[in-house]
Amino acid sequence: MKRKEFLKKALPATMVPFFINGISIKSMASTPMLEAIKRASLKNGRVFVLIQLNGGNDGLNTIIPVDQYSNLSAARSNILIQQSKVLALNGNNATGMHPVMTGLRSMYDSGKVSIVQSVGYPNPNFSHFRATDIWHSASDSNQYIGSGWAGRYLEDVYTGFPTGYPNTNDPDPLAISIGYAVSTALMGPTVSTGVAISNPTSFYQLVNGTVDPAPNTPAGHELTYVRLVLQQTQAYNDTVKTAAQAVTNKATYPANNSLGDQLKIVANLIAGGLQTPIYTVSIGGFDTHSSQVTSSGSTETGNHADLWKKVSDAIATFQSDCDQLGIADRVAGMTYSEFGRRIKSNASLGTDHGAAAPVIVFGKNVNPGIIGSNPTIPSSVTVNDNVPMQYDFRQVYASVLEDWFQASVSKTDSDLLFKHFDTLAIFKSTLDVKKVRSGSSVTLMQNYPNPFKDFTNIEFVSPGGQVELRLFDSQGRLLKTLVDGLVPKGSYTEVLDGTNLPAGNYYYQLVTANGQVGRHLVKL
Amino acid sequence: MERRSFITQTLTGKTPVKDPVLDIQNQKLPDNLDLGVASITPYTGSWGKAEARHLLRRALFGFTKADVDFFAAMTMGDAVDYIMNTPVNPPLPPLNGYNTATLLDPNIAAGSTWVNGPDDNNFTGKRRNSLYAWWMQQILNPDRNIREKMTMFWHNHFATEVETVGSPIIAYNHHKLLRENCLGNFKTFVKSVTIDPAMLVYLNGNVNTKTAPDENHARELMELFTLGKGADSQYTEDDVKNAARVLTGWRINNSTYTAFFNSNNHETSNKTFSAFFNNTTITGQTGANGAFETDDLLNMIFSKSDVVARYIVRRLYRYFVYYVIDSNIENNVIIPLANDFKTNWEIKPIVTALLKSQHFFDSNNVGCNIKNPIDVIATCSKNFMIVYPSSPVEDQYQAWYSMFTFGAFAGMTIGNPPSVSGWPAYYQSPQFTESWLNSDTLPKRISITVALMAVGYQYKAGKKLQADVIAFAKQFANPEDPTKLIQDTIDLLLPLDLSSTSKTTLKQSTLLFGQSSDYYWTTAWNDYIASPNDATKKGTVTTGLQLMLKYLLDLAENQLS
Repeated sequence: MKRKEFLKKALPATMVPFFINGISIKSMASTPMLEAIKRASLKNGRVFVLIQLNGGNDGLNTIIPVDQYSNLSAARSNILIQQSKVLALNGNNATGMHPVMTGLRSMYDSGKVSIVQSVGYPNPNFSHFRATDIWHSASDSNQYIGSGWAGRYLEDVYTGFPTGYPNTNDPDPLAISIGYAVSTALMGPTVSTGVAISNPTSFYQLVNGTVDPAPNTPAGHELTYVRLVLQQTQAYNDTVKTAAQAVTNKATYPANNSLGDQLKIVANLIAGGLQTPIYTVSIGGFDTHSSQVTSSGSTETGNHADLWKKVSDAIATFQSDCDQLGIADRVAGMTYSEFGRRIKSNASLGTDHGAAAPVIVFGKNVNPGIIGSNPTIPSSVTVNDNVPMQYDFRQVYASVLEDWFQASVSKTDSDLLFKHFDTLAIFKSTLDVKKVRSGSSVTLMQNYPNPFKDFTNIEFVSPGGQVELRLFDSQGRLLKTLVDGLVPKGSYTEVLDGTNLPAGNYYYQLVTANGQVGRHLVKL
Repeated sequence: MERRSFITQTLTGKTPVKDPVLDIQNQKLPDNLDLGVASITPYTGSWGKAEARHLLRRALFGFTKADVDFFAAMTMGDAVDYIMNTPVNPPLPPLNGYNTATLLDPNIAAGSTWVNGPDDNNFTGKRRNSLYAWWMQQILNPDRNIREKMTMFWHNHFATEVETVGSPIIAYNHHKLLRENCLGNFKTFVKSVTIDPAMLVYLNGNVNTKTAPDENHARELMELFTLGKGADSQYTEDDVKNAARVLTGWRINNSTYTAFFNSNNHETSNKTFSAFFNNTTITGQTGANGAFETDDLLNMIFSKSDVVARYIVRRLYRYFVYYVIDSNIENNVIIPLANDFKTNWEIKPIVTALLKSQHFFDSNNVGCNIKNPIDVIATCSKNFMIVYPSSPVEDQYQAWYSMFTFGAFAGMTIGNPPSVSGWPAYYQSPQFTESWLNSDTLPKRISITVALMAVGYQYKAGKKLQADVIAFAKQFANPEDPTKLIQDTIDLLLPLDLSSTSKTTLKQSTLLFGQSSDYYWTTAWNDYIASPNDATKKGTVTTGLQLMLKYLLDLAENQLS
């Protein structure tokens, strides 16, 4: 049901118009039971921080698949981090971190980091702006949605926003973007649910006065928008300022680190008592087409290293601040980027736009460890080859919505993400629930023959229940769904007819209730 | 009154009034608006100050009352032609205005230009700031032509970042190129930009090499500069890769700051493009001839002439008119202009036709363009006739630079757009220009204009940029009449009029100092005119005028153009 229809049916007589600064506003005169139930989860004070890495982060030089080292060397020798310099992870020999990520490594070792491998979506887009739209709107690759995933969630919880907000029950912003611009992820079905602040103590007092009605023209449309912004600015001015002044940060944030500066404000506002559940922060510069590393001889320094030192130091300091401020139990966050980068490097010491990449989730209440397996790097990598997705980015969102914010599965499926996505065991609260954990309990054999000419056999084990077996090309485009349905427990062999496939690297993926796993195959 | 108690009071007994906010929900592009008559035939309606102000709001960065009178005395056609007539000579280059007592540029004397080289690493930051200040000088100067508005359009379209480009000389040369071509031939312009050193650095074109082509430059050439990413633009990922191969080999000479073609880095095999480009093959060429492949590539891209022309015309439309393009506007404004554009790719006749059109002057298109921050600052500067120092050069550059920093403070750092696609206001659907304003940037904009108007900005010890509100009032015919003074001020500052109730409230609470008779202001003004050196009398009218202007600057209407 659309939001407006819902309002008409459920709340026919409770809308009472009134004025704020001459702008007429409608507000709910009473809070229906439904609202109270929906908000119960938010009243536990949980906060999620979205850290956007603008430009497309090179995941393979961030979370490094050490067990793929020889094939990686062939594909990207001029930028690959020397194996001896990769930071080892406690209890995991196969995967390491970029040498500058000491802060995140110690968080990992102390159980505060969950890494989700190879996050992407079918048929990836390689344009910064479109790919960012896809991540923020949580759409399919070929779908255009104007609202953002977090904004839809917030508008669902805070019914009717922005009319009637703030009010006694909800005095604080629904979401805050640190910086000059509000993240498009916070775009709700009607208006942006976020407010932007670059410094919470420099909010301004704005005009109080009468306002003429806006005409029904394009100018009237924009005039109304400007007035709404004016009203929102003024409405949240005091609560944000009060929260900012209520406490001071306990940790010392790194100097010359724009992300640290932003996270410092976030920690301050959370500890200061704002009930705002979602914050967005960002750092740019990840579009490392060239000079990603200083030189092929010193690949552990350069632009990408500088960026990740900032990100890692900022997150580690933020975590320490949250610990000391006593808010760590209810704060978590994640890094994401619009895409990863190509497996093969270019000659200008950089990498071009790619596909899947790891997402790093952090906080005291994450399940520590790595979800999924290292990406498999083919022995002969062409310029087109991309890291194939293991997990859809919307599985991460589903986990945040359902497991962290406790949104209902049916609401998430129908209105927030538009279809069902299995959650991942990212958060501790999900340990006791059966969740998709990793590829280890899923059996998918290497196809035979491989490489193959016309036909090849793919053997897999179904644990019983819904099973999907899908074939992607090297760029991540979904080519075929070989199996999609309920498959009784047992072993099966599927024959892949490759007579029409061009020669090259491909990737097949098995999705079951126990998780998912993928393998490469080569067509001659 | 406190907001809360106001709400309570209202809830307890006021008459419900229709809520204008609920009708306008920006989840998608507004589709219920009357966008005016969709025709590019020349406007033949009445021509007066109101129409002249609409033209100046869109085509200039701010204007004075004198500018309005100047253009209102012409015909519409002459006014637009005058505005389109940009100076033949480019502005004089930026100067060393950055010397201080403790830091002297050893090679460039104060007041001399640094653009003839060479770069000096000790002065890179100073020279960039000099470039930004110089740019603000061009924007803030009193010229009555469209050059700076067009230059900003192309800066947003062919976006580069001065801080990323590195060399201030290369950055200056790029911005010189934008000015020189701002109303020239678009195809020539694209060629120049494609091999412009600043763009080569910004999009890695200067490291694009045959062994592993870097796709950044090729992608943006198609996606952002020429074809766009609309439904009619169906180039493929392979086309991007092939275009990157075509463009291999361009390099920069770091002593002449010019681009050259190095055939050793050029990929010489044939490049075959997709069906979108009719499977065109660009024949690989060796030696110096490899550079000609770039021409072949641009010819192939421009052969999709409808796609290119419509994409560019839509961008011009959104910049000068409004961001909503429905099928009526597309068919009757965009396509006819694009059909003219594609015949020879001349920019000037297209912008001229748009600005002269019935559609442009339709009353429904007045006041719907949310100003960008530079427009806000320049408009404030010109409306209030802020005076900049005429010497010394250090003071001049410091003053202009402070205006640049205000733009950055409000969310628009000229020279450094957020990315290669420019500012979201000109591409991010469905928000478009609404994205300039949020709860951070809007208060900042207002605070900048109010500060310049009321208290002034001290850019150097003892030196201020400040409006002269008395001079502002004096330029009108009847400054002693508070009703007329307020109406004249609203007409100059705001694209939309206020209701008579609002104007009465404004008059009483500001110029009449809380009283109800016009007599209070008239007496105060006449007393001041009789004794202009009496500090008390001057202070009285200054306070009244500042209160009145602050009220208008705080209004949402002041954000519109």
